[in-house]
Amino acid sequence: MAKYTLQRILYMLLVFLIITCMCFVLIRMLPPAVLPAGDPHAEIIEMRREAMGYNKPYMVQFGIFLKNVFTKFDWGVSDQLFSGQDVAKLFAERLPATVIVNLYSILFSIPLGIGLGIFAALKKNTWVDYTISTLTMVVISVPSFVYAFIIQYVLSYKLGWLPFLMKSGTDWFSPEMFVSMLPAILSLAFGVIAGFTRTTRAELTEVLTSEFMLLARTKGLTKAQATIRHALRNCFVVVVPAIIGEFVGILAGSLIIEKIFSIPGVGRLTIDAIAARDYPIFMVTTCFYTAIGLAANLVVDISYGFIDPRIRMGSKK
Amino acid sequence: MNNHNEFERIPPEKFEFVQMDARLHDKKLETKSRSFFQDAMLRFRKNKSSVAAAWILLFLVIFAIVAPLVSPYDINDKDKLYINYPAYVPEIAELGWGIMDGSKIHGSQNETSMNYWNGIAVETGLNPVLDIVKTTTTLVKYRGQMVERNVYDLKVNRYYELGVVYRIFSYAEFEKIQAWQDETGIQVIYPYVEPKDIEGISDNPNIWYQVDSKGAAVLDDDGNFVPMYSTRSDIEGAPYHSQRIAGDDGSYIYSVKKDGAVQARVCYYNYYQYLNGHEPSYIFGTTTLGQDLFSAVGIGARFSLIFAIVVSIINLGIGAIYGAIQGYYGGYVDMAMDRVADVLSGVPFVVVATLFQLHMSAKVGVVGAFLFAFVLTGWIGMAALTRKQFYRFKSQEFVMAARTLGASDGRLMFKHIFPNAIGTIITSCALIIPNVIRSETTMTYLGIVSLTDLAGTTIGTLLSQGNAAVTTAPHTLLWPSLFLGLLMISFNLFGNGLRDAFNPTTRGEDD
Repeated sequence: MAKYTLQRILYMLLVFLIITCMCFVLIRMLPPAVLPAGDPHAEIIEMRREAMGYNKPYMVQFGIFLKNVFTKFDWGVSDQLFSGQDVAKLFAERLPATVIVNLYSILFSIPLGIGLGIFAALKKNTWVDYTISTLTMVVISVPSFVYAFIIQYVLSYKLGWLPFLMKSGTDWFSPEMFVSMLPAILSLAFGVIAGFTRTTRAELTEVLTSEFMLLARTKGLTKAQATIRHALRNCFVVVVPAIIGEFVGILAGSLIIEKIFSIPGVGRLTIDAIAARDYPIFMVTTCFYTAIGLAANLVVDISYGFIDPRIRMGSKK
Repeated sequence: MNNHNEFERIPPEKFEFVQMDARLHDKKLETKSRSFFQDAMLRFRKNKSSVAAAWILLFLVIFAIVAPLVSPYDINDKDKLYINYPAYVPEIAELGWGIMDGSKIHGSQNETSMNYWNGIAVETGLNPVLDIVKTTTTLVKYRGQMVERNVYDLKVNRYYELGVVYRIFSYAEFEKIQAWQDETGIQVIYPYVEPKDIEGISDNPNIWYQVDSKGAAVLDDDGNFVPMYSTRSDIEGAPYHSQRIAGDDGSYIYSVKKDGAVQARVCYYNYYQYLNGHEPSYIFGTTTLGQDLFSAVGIGARFSLIFAIVVSIINLGIGAIYGAIQGYYGGYVDMAMDRVADVLSGVPFVVVATLFQLHMSAKVGVVGAFLFAFVLTGWIGMAALTRKQFYRFKSQEFVMAARTLGASDGRLMFKHIFPNAIGTIITSCALIIPNVIRSETTMTYLGIVSLTDLAGTTIGTLLSQGNAAVTTAPHTLLWPSLFLGLLMISFNLFGNGLRDAFNPTTRGEDD
């Protein structure tokens, strides 16, 4: 298992490096942003650019970039949006908002999603199951921003229960902050709940019909006992990795939801950087999203092996 | 060796046909045979939700094709004043059903604004106030006395509410409007009012009557407005010889000079008819840019659908070939190609879309660059699917048989194995289309890709414009969202139904 995990991690790092290199070269190939003449920051940025080898071959530039990142954790300075500010710091400032909003939404979704899934599976082929399954299907199909519009119009405008936009400030855990995050949390949660419901239902219905469930009942367990002790455990082999994957994925957040509710998060930073052609910031967010995507896949794959010893793929190698 | 050669030397005339007349085939089937496709359709029709989804889908597609054609408006018809206005169709509004009457509820209006709207109604004959929804009477202390004050919630026709606006015309244009007035009998130009006669109000062309210093109407003893139309012929801009409004003895002036042109007060609703040849008629209302939302949604939808189908077809082609080679050859080829796919699938889509926009949009256009971005990573899922199918079929006996008969690799891949996988691949195409539309909408919503120059507008652009007006004009958000939501739901249901029909073994599995 350890060997397999290590292999996967190394492979992931390699892929990450290749992607970073590709994106880096493609970004550096673009003409660098024109700096405002006479601005005191312009000179600093110009000097920084010289130090980062803007006029050298691309692979040398990439080498300098990697060296700076590994030795000083220096990702460069913003040249358009926030003249002369350290990109890594800008990025770190925006991470909490994204993570917290998504964390709330996932914490909110896990019990609801799994609960609905179990309920639907236990009532399979009744109207309850049909209703839940159809709703899940519908909710999954509709993009999250449509919910955002509905929530914004109904809850924020018509009923006036929730604020329109997220409150500014850094008091991440205050009650007012939570309330101002609620629209975004709810909009994100719809899809996640539906996803969990579908996974749980599909898995549990399959487990419930398997033979060991019959054995459990024959040996005298009640239906509830059998379901909790045997069926749920087996169904979580699939559900838990899905949750873990979702957890890693929450870091990436949602570009569109962050824009609608003006959440000062990574997504906003990315969009603003793209709009303003601020390549250093764009490079950081590119690396970040790539890493999150790869890590989510990796964690899901490895967690399968940890949760269920039967699927330790490659461990025999 | 010798023997073999002798066999080859048998002269052809020695051969003869054994069964020249007999037909060599199985006994004819008793029942009508069903092809694979017919069989799948039969199964599909049993799935009621998918059939319903297919009908909705058909409806949406027809809408996308027909809406821009039947709408009297082009996407470039941008009205400067009818912005974010609610749905209005004069023919339906006249029926009084309360739909498509361009109405908006104005809450808490006082007598002054009631008079203001009444002023528009009296002057232009188009009464903006459709209905008084609610009247609240409150007692307020005014100059030491308790006075009753009415506060109204009014249902107001926004198209009439605009009333009269100032417009500057060239002399020729002014003549043309007069000629049109004579021809149709619709009053467009209304007499001029000098600001100095109405307490110096120069920014509100709708005041044509005597007002007090606060801008409230001063009524005469009978409760009528007191007209303040100008009669100063020395400032008149251009001669007016068309029909005059009621109560005009011929002395009112209808325009003033303004920088080599004339300024006049025109009733916008009637002026609109003069410009467009018909009354304003917007089934879904107007957008933030003053476009007809009905045709805008249609045009956006048309673009989304065509784009998604093109992307799916290209991805299907690339993915199928890539996956076929991977699955057929296996081993190191498979591994190497899988690594390439791994790297490409690891790049986040927003990054791909942005980089392609920045690098290629100058050369191949915005849509071209966007298409490339979709193609770069989009085929991977399809390739994985094809690869899986190839692994399933390549070791089966019929492949072995074909190979023994000397079929080439290409023939084996695309004549023998691929047709077996086609059901799965086609159905997954139906599930890819909504994902493409979703990504496309997201990207245009975020403004990372701007397709307005080529496509006119897109659903994402409409949503982004509508989101800015979520409180004042919810309809601008409602119709694009409704369209998108319906499209997504029906596409997914339809795709699931197709998959179940083509692969009966995987029925009920959701993924």
